[in-house]
Amino acid sequence: MINVTIDGHKIQVSEGTSVLEAARRLDINIPTLCHIPGMDAEGFCRVCVVELVGARNLVPACASILQEGMKIITDSPRVFNARRQVLDLLLSKHNANCFACYKHGDCLFHRYCLEYGLQKSSYEHLQAWKPIDDSNPFYNFDPNKCILCRKCERICAEKQCVEALALCERGFDNHIAPAFDAPLGNSACVSCGNCLTVCPTGALYPKTLLSGHYNKMTETVCPYCGVGCKMGLLTHEGRVMGVQPLKGAANDGLMCVKGRFAYNFIQHPDRLKKPLIRKNGKLTEASWEEAYDVIIKAWNKAKAVGGGSAIAGLASARCTNEENYLFQKLLRGLGNTNNIDHCARLCHASTVAGLQMSFGSGAMTNSIAEITDMDVIFVIGSNTTETHPVIATKMRQAAKKGAVIIVAEPRRIELCNDAQFFLQIKPGTNVALLNGMLKAILEAGLENKNFINERTEGFNELKAYLDTVTVEECAEICRVEAALLRKAAETYARAKNAGIFYAMGITQHSTGTDGVRMVANLAMLCGQIGKEASGVNPLRGQNNVQGSCDMAALPGDLPGYQKVADPKAREKFSKAWGLPVPETAGKTVSEIFNAIDDGEIKFLYIMGENPMVSDPDLNHLEKVLAKIPFLLVQDIFLNETAAFADVVLPAASFAEKDGTFTNTERRVQCLHKAVKLPGEAKADWQIITELMNKLGYKASYSHPAEIMAEINALTPSYGGITYNRLENGEGLQWPCLNEEHKGTKFLHKDKFTRGLGAFAVCPYTLSREVPDTEYPFILTTGRVLYQYHTRTMTGKSAGVQEIAGEPYVEINRLDAHSLGIANGDKVTVSSRRGSVITTAKVVETIGRGVLFMPFHYSQAAANRLTNKALDPYAKIPELKVCAVKIYKA
Amino acid sequence: MKIRSFDDLKQYKKSLYGNKKTAKYTVLVGMATCGVASGANTTMTAFEETVNELGLKNVTLKRTGCIGYCFLEPIAEVIDEQGNSTIYTKVDKAKVAEIVSSHLQNGKPLTEGVIKPDMQRINLAEVKPIQKRQLRVALRNCGVIDPESLDDYIKYDGYMALAKCLFELTPNGVIEIIKRSGLRGRGGGGFSTGLKWSFVAKENAPVKNIICNADEGDPGAFMDRSILEGDPNSILEAMAIAGYATGAAHGYIYIRAEYPMAVKRLKIAIAQATEMGLLGDNIMGTDFSFDIQIKLGAGAFVCGEETALIHSIEGKRGEPKMKPPYPAKRGLWGEPTCVNNVETYANICPIIIKGDQWFNSMGTTKSPGTKVFALAGKINNVGLVEVPMGITLREMIYDVGGGIVDGKAFKAIQTGGPSGGVIPYTMLDTPIEYDSLVAMGSMMGSGGMIVMDEDDCMVNIAKFYLEFSVEESCGRCTPCRIGNKRLFEILEKITNGNGTMDDIRKLKELGRVIKDTALCGLGQTSPNPVLSTLHFFEDEYIAHVVDRTCPAKTCSSLIRYFIMPDKCIGCTLCARVCPVSCIDGERKALHSIRQHECIKCGACMDACKSNAIVKR
Repeated sequence: MINVTIDGHKIQVSEGTSVLEAARRLDINIPTLCHIPGMDAEGFCRVCVVELVGARNLVPACASILQEGMKIITDSPRVFNARRQVLDLLLSKHNANCFACYKHGDCLFHRYCLEYGLQKSSYEHLQAWKPIDDSNPFYNFDPNKCILCRKCERICAEKQCVEALALCERGFDNHIAPAFDAPLGNSACVSCGNCLTVCPTGALYPKTLLSGHYNKMTETVCPYCGVGCKMGLLTHEGRVMGVQPLKGAANDGLMCVKGRFAYNFIQHPDRLKKPLIRKNGKLTEASWEEAYDVIIKAWNKAKAVGGGSAIAGLASARCTNEENYLFQKLLRGLGNTNNIDHCARLCHASTVAGLQMSFGSGAMTNSIAEITDMDVIFVIGSNTTETHPVIATKMRQAAKKGAVIIVAEPRRIELCNDAQFFLQIKPGTNVALLNGMLKAILEAGLENKNFINERTEGFNELKAYLDTVTVEECAEICRVEAALLRKAAETYARAKNAGIFYAMGITQHSTGTDGVRMVANLAMLCGQIGKEASGVNPLRGQNNVQGSCDMAALPGDLPGYQKVADPKAREKFSKAWGLPVPETAGKTVSEIFNAIDDGEIKFLYIMGENPMVSDPDLNHLEKVLAKIPFLLVQDIFLNETAAFADVVLPAASFAEKDGTFTNTERRVQCLHKAVKLPGEAKADWQIITELMNKLGYKASYSHPAEIMAEINALTPSYGGITYNRLENGEGLQWPCLNEEHKGTKFLHKDKFTRGLGAFAVCPYTLSREVPDTEYPFILTTGRVLYQYHTRTMTGKSAGVQEIAGEPYVEINRLDAHSLGIANGDKVTVSSRRGSVITTAKVVETIGRGVLFMPFHYSQAAANRLTNKALDPYAKIPELKVCAVKIYKA
Repeated sequence: MKIRSFDDLKQYKKSLYGNKKTAKYTVLVGMATCGVASGANTTMTAFEETVNELGLKNVTLKRTGCIGYCFLEPIAEVIDEQGNSTIYTKVDKAKVAEIVSSHLQNGKPLTEGVIKPDMQRINLAEVKPIQKRQLRVALRNCGVIDPESLDDYIKYDGYMALAKCLFELTPNGVIEIIKRSGLRGRGGGGFSTGLKWSFVAKENAPVKNIICNADEGDPGAFMDRSILEGDPNSILEAMAIAGYATGAAHGYIYIRAEYPMAVKRLKIAIAQATEMGLLGDNIMGTDFSFDIQIKLGAGAFVCGEETALIHSIEGKRGEPKMKPPYPAKRGLWGEPTCVNNVETYANICPIIIKGDQWFNSMGTTKSPGTKVFALAGKINNVGLVEVPMGITLREMIYDVGGGIVDGKAFKAIQTGGPSGGVIPYTMLDTPIEYDSLVAMGSMMGSGGMIVMDEDDCMVNIAKFYLEFSVEESCGRCTPCRIGNKRLFEILEKITNGNGTMDDIRKLKELGRVIKDTALCGLGQTSPNPVLSTLHFFEDEYIAHVVDRTCPAKTCSSLIRYFIMPDKCIGCTLCARVCPVSCIDGERKALHSIRQHECIKCGACMDACKSNAIVKR
């Protein structure tokens, strides 16, 4: 601690404290325009100057670190005058047309000017105003309002790591613009909007000028991907005006384009406002009572015919923990069925299965904040910059700090620009690649023998198997250079702290569980797990897919992964609920649809899902859905699946309800109601509660907190995650066993959940469908940054539609050339299951013989082509590999 | 061969003297940029051709650096066996023929165009009292040795200082000598070099760096270039000494790309020294290794500021950053870094060899040693001079500089370039040293001195320097980016005759705030030209805004040209040279200027032979 004096106040501060920080602690107001808390102070603006007794010149408070005995004066006439003069200079180059400004009333620069008695600049000169750059679909840049605090440039370069904004020219002509003064719309900008967040003036502003004018900010969580960014929903008298990123543990104040700008679905006119009942083949508006009558009748009828096995439900990774919990309680307790599943089956079922077998629990072992402390980051089967943008920024920040990124992907994804190793593998060969890496590490003698001996089992079997393979043959299978594979593997093994990140590229295969187990093998072989900044990290796709799994929207599990097969667990729940918990194993998504096809299931309840775009082999699914006796859909929009429904119930979006989401790093965070529900729509938990009551069960939840209390009591890993704590803190990471438990930053410290980590022997096998002469290409699918999943939400944003509104298929330049396909040509892509017409995008980033399609678009749905071949353990379909042909349409 | 020990070096030096029989005459041609620009290439070729044609076996031709008499280039020096030197100036082809036939062939030196500089060069091997006005320490080898020959440098005790450090001194011992010598940074700031080295030395880091700041940017300063062109090895040797003293193994010379000849000679010197084991791995057989890289700058003035320079080497925008942390703690690539100016390094080897006491016997107590100045402007002897610190301005201008051109009245001198200020005629007897200059509102800077006479308008001078600062501001901080521009605009307003007394107040106030709030040294000193001219010549400013006149008759908006009826003889010369044809008048009749069309170029006044045209 050091002793200093500020304006006569004696204060003790820790070493490294800046004058600004210390002054703020004393409630001394020092103006600053260029300082970003948590980032290096640069001292650009010079508005924060203070007097340091003994120094010749004034010093900037933000960048001056206090030393023992320093005396600081912040309120002398000299300081006041200097600040006023500096503000005057800034004002002399600022277009103070405040009336037309987005920041009017909320402008830091304006406030300081008024505070220092400046209403207009004292310098007279002609201004040549520059044109506004409005080429980005989400925001504009007005250089005439820019005061060159350079926060935007720094956040873009140092936090977002995109470097779209730069400082051009020199001296008085300095200005912010993309390199070479390119328009923003034609730059590296990813429209994350983080520059808007830090801009102190109205120089960077959203297209909708009015969005700066709000009278309420509701703290909540972004409804898109699994990162779980904290954000403020800005509203004015019930109208959603915009989004303000907040500093959460996961996002550190950053957001991506979807969460930041694609919010207008919330109050979109297409929102469902009344229940719909199919009458004479047409969905017509009805009252809730009518709808409930029809539902109960159908439920009872199905149950009478086939008992519990005639009923099934698909829960939602978009809904809250509480809602998923209630959903499975309804189906298990009142429907007497374990036929509950949800879209996690299509994304991380293999993770849940594989990591459970290897470690004992299937979730990200590290926290997002640990990424920047990693020395090696191995990304396999994840296009992180597009699917988990904020996590990707953390990876890039780590790379800036010196971390080595290894990417294994069929496409040269954006992250490759920051990577030192890129292994362009053939789709479907993850297992071979990882076997090769394991073998290379063993050959180099880099395995962590202590870790293997003390914390794992099954190593000898694995080693015996690896004795039968060579690095060269594995590399051959993946179509990568053996030397490169070896080097990447050795780099991973040598790292002090290494994290593996993977997503659908590992899981969505008929060998998905093997892929996951191989990832676990790699981490255990090198001892890169169970410690800070080292681990195995499946990146969960949806905002609450972790939570919906935790809440047991799964056929074989009860909340907190307590097993249905375990009689004690069943007994615990049935006792608590006062309802019997069925013993019969439930069906997975694909099995449910097959059972509908077979006529076994007669009642399907889909809450907040859209399988008619997201599931494989849509042509088949279309027939199945047409066949089902009763389909109940509960959603916020009349989506592709709802078109088949018998009853559609209008539900609440994230902005209209309270609840909790669990993000990919196991962090439970609260969302809050910001606006009222559209029309007669109800929150999902309310609908389920009402249905329970209609079915004769006394349920009286008046707020999700009450549901959470029930979860706390029944789910050990959620034992201490109470609303009381969540509302007063940062969010808690499970396992959090009781009220005193602080939550768990990283998993498997000292001991794996299952005791010893289990090595697995996983020989490489071919994908279920491989190219042949008729269907010579491998089709792989994925996502793009701007769209989310089945586009029910992002599809409503004009900006998103402008940038990424159209479906396409990526094809290698050489393949395209040999087929006579040019960029932009209409092409037909066909598999054995269907065919779609889309637009060719000729690229060099994809390997030869491979095609890529984003799956978001129903107008050219990639899932009409995909294969529903299943992984034997996890029952996940092989969405990432199928054989197709392509020709000019 | 490779030098592997101190003895190796001594032996090698001896061998350079031993084997060759000294020729009867040695002819040195000054071939630094100033010489070459004045035609030294032709001179050299002429000497070569003539000597070859005549088959003169007893003449050695040698190219060398600049001796500082830039206004008399090309310069050739003839030294005979006894060591008598004759320095010929403005040596063109014809003069070469004369020199050869009279001096080289017949032993009769010419007397025309010969100078005898009031200059003494230090000899590293012996101690002599100061006898002459100019004393060459940093420039000791410029104009003496062939800068492209390492042998020549070794002959003049080259690399002896480094050897002495490596074999006889500890790193700390080296630092102590430099500290005691009192050597202060010659780049302008005047910080103690020994102290700076000791800061870097005490940092505990695996990698440290030595940087030579050769980004000479002050308008009118060219001593660094001259040293690099005339004696590149002395800088390399000093950098290696700095590396040894501070524990650094990597050196960088940041030099502007506009100095191609200096770059070329540095490259040659680095290659030769590395070849001989005087740089690179295991220097002279010891376990000390030191390599040097050249980094070219793009000529931004701000890159002479050490943190901006470091950014530039790192490939970033050349912008300064906040200090502290100083480069000694966190410099290049975040590693402890010692940044010194070329001239500072040029003083190191003499200090090591001749000792700290010798060094601080020169100059003043607070500013020991000598300083190189670049004299420019309205002074007779334009060029480089090296004098002991503490010499007065009067001695500098009238003795060393040869007085003001055309015998006009001295008005002021600008020191320290755009960061410095003017010193008026009233302070002619002030000694020149770091602290006295700062006390007068100016600074040493890199040693540029621009002399102004009665015809120079002080407002205009301030505007000139401000324009430079506006142009060269990196724009990182507000006061420098916008403030200097506003200062410049106000000065423009005043010189255009539209100024007000309030503008003068604004100049003072804004100038002071810029000094007080700007981020780096350049920003903080950029208002100096305005503030110092305001301090010493406020009446000239007032004349501009109140009387709407320019006392020096320089500001074109405030002057008019008139033809005096009693002097005009009607020769029509003025009318013929007027570029806008605004002078009327018949032959042999009084001419007159149409004032509203006149662009005040002054061509008529220059042309008039009867002094009939006046400025008012």
